[in-house]
Amino acid sequence: MELLLNLTINGLATGMLIFLLAAGLTLIFGLMDVLNFAHGGLFAWGAYSSVWFYSLTESFVIAILGAILTGIILGFITEKLIIKPVYGNHVQQILITLGFMLVLTEMLKVVFGPNQIAAKTPPYFVGSWEFGDVIIIKYRVFIIIVGFLVFGIFQYILKKTKIGLIVRAGVMNKEMVKTLGININNVFLYVFIAGAVLASLGGALMAPYSGVIYAEMGMEFAILGFIVVVIGGMGSFPGSLLAAVLVGLTGSYMAYYVPSLSLAVNMMIMAIVLIFRPQGLFRVKG
Amino acid sequence: MNTMLKVEGVHTYIGQYHILQGVNFEAKEGEVSVLLGRNGAGKTTTLKTILGLTPATKGCITFKGQEITKKPTHVIANSGIGYVPEDQGIFATLTVEENMKVAMRNEDEVTMRKQDYVLDLFPDLKTFWKKDGGLLSGGQKQMLAMARAFVGNSQLLLIDEPSKGLAPIVIEKVMEAIIDMKKQTTIVLVEQNFMMASRIGDTYTLLDDGETVHSGMMQDLIQDEQIKRKYLGIG
Repeated sequence: MELLLNLTINGLATGMLIFLLAAGLTLIFGLMDVLNFAHGGLFAWGAYSSVWFYSLTESFVIAILGAILTGIILGFITEKLIIKPVYGNHVQQILITLGFMLVLTEMLKVVFGPNQIAAKTPPYFVGSWEFGDVIIIKYRVFIIIVGFLVFGIFQYILKKTKIGLIVRAGVMNKEMVKTLGININNVFLYVFIAGAVLASLGGALMAPYSGVIYAEMGMEFAILGFIVVVIGGMGSFPGSLLAAVLVGLTGSYMAYYVPSLSLAVNMMIMAIVLIFRPQGLFRVKG
Repeated sequence: MNTMLKVEGVHTYIGQYHILQGVNFEAKEGEVSVLLGRNGAGKTTTLKTILGLTPATKGCITFKGQEITKKPTHVIANSGIGYVPEDQGIFATLTVEENMKVAMRNEDEVTMRKQDYVLDLFPDLKTFWKKDGGLLSGGQKQMLAMARAFVGNSQLLLIDEPSKGLAPIVIEKVMEAIIDMKKQTTIVLVEQNFMMASRIGDTYTLLDDGETVHSGMMQDLIQDEQIKRKYLGIG
């Protein structure tokens, strides 16, 4: 029972990190119909910038804010220069965003060096709580709380605000939104920046979680992000949360019980979902 | 009466296809102008071209004296043109209330008065206010689409085939609503149902193969068996 609880907390924490990455992807995918393979690069830049800010200030809050700022700047540049010219063309999107992903990865090596960098956990999150045989690592609980908080905030924005209404409407019918007098290009930009911020926040939280960061980490996590988007349903925020938790938990359980299958299990879940429910667990109806 | 919308010599391509090949018509303030023609004549494309969804490659479109031919769709819509598409364009997972809210530029007194007016016109929308748009019947979706276009500060409504796929009793309701809305706004209507078009319309424009072939007062068309037979296959 204790082991199961520990594995569950680990899985939830990993799931929340994947959720932060996938949430941005699903919005960008669902609303803008853009396949953004550079999304992982924003995740990695978030991780690097937070570690850099932390090394300068020793403040975890500033490190997180620095990562968010990085996400805003990179999101703005990426949408304006990379994504905007290829709206509506999936082949070009794949090629240009994959290329940009490589640029972002190599730029990390140029700016921060080619070697792995150690990422410190802030002192107040070091250690664990012990309840009998159950050991709960503080930082993982923090990640889980942040994940749920972000979900709650974004759900509130999507459900209760005008911009959220417009985004939800845009996921279903972009053309109709334009005819209601709404500049969908501006909405695209805001959504892309929000997605980039979520990715960089995910990267920033990931850094102390894994203890080391490296330039290629973005691509590795982006694959999990895409799996989650497919499982959860394109454009569905709750779908992404559920799928991310599912992927995180199964990854955690399988890594312990059947380690040889721990990587394949996500692909298997995705394959099963694609066979029985190709639109994903939560379909956004048009 | 002032001319609200003027379409002059408009040509539009969709991909490699030359769909509109010289469309001309005017919509005067407070009138219902009906676009008539067989399937594929270019009626829907004309509405989409006015809105900039399928931009014109040649010709000129003016709205309240301002040229809008090359403007982006949201700017055209914000200038005061509302659109009710053929498929109604309801946001399925948004409630009736949310569908209306998306269209509102702001929630001031004038807009709320407009909302009250359309809710009186379509009481079904009040009944299903918190229900998802996708769960409404075909007729209710049509009512919602018209109400939504109306509350969005529209001085001109472009309505595409409002009777399509609806039961006769619902068509009657929609028709009465359009006649009522005419008191408050100018309407350009695309309609295949000649009975409905002739009851609502003040003027008509006949399109054939993407160009205007006739236009005039609806009363004259009702009497003209030859034109009706030749271009609409009725009479």
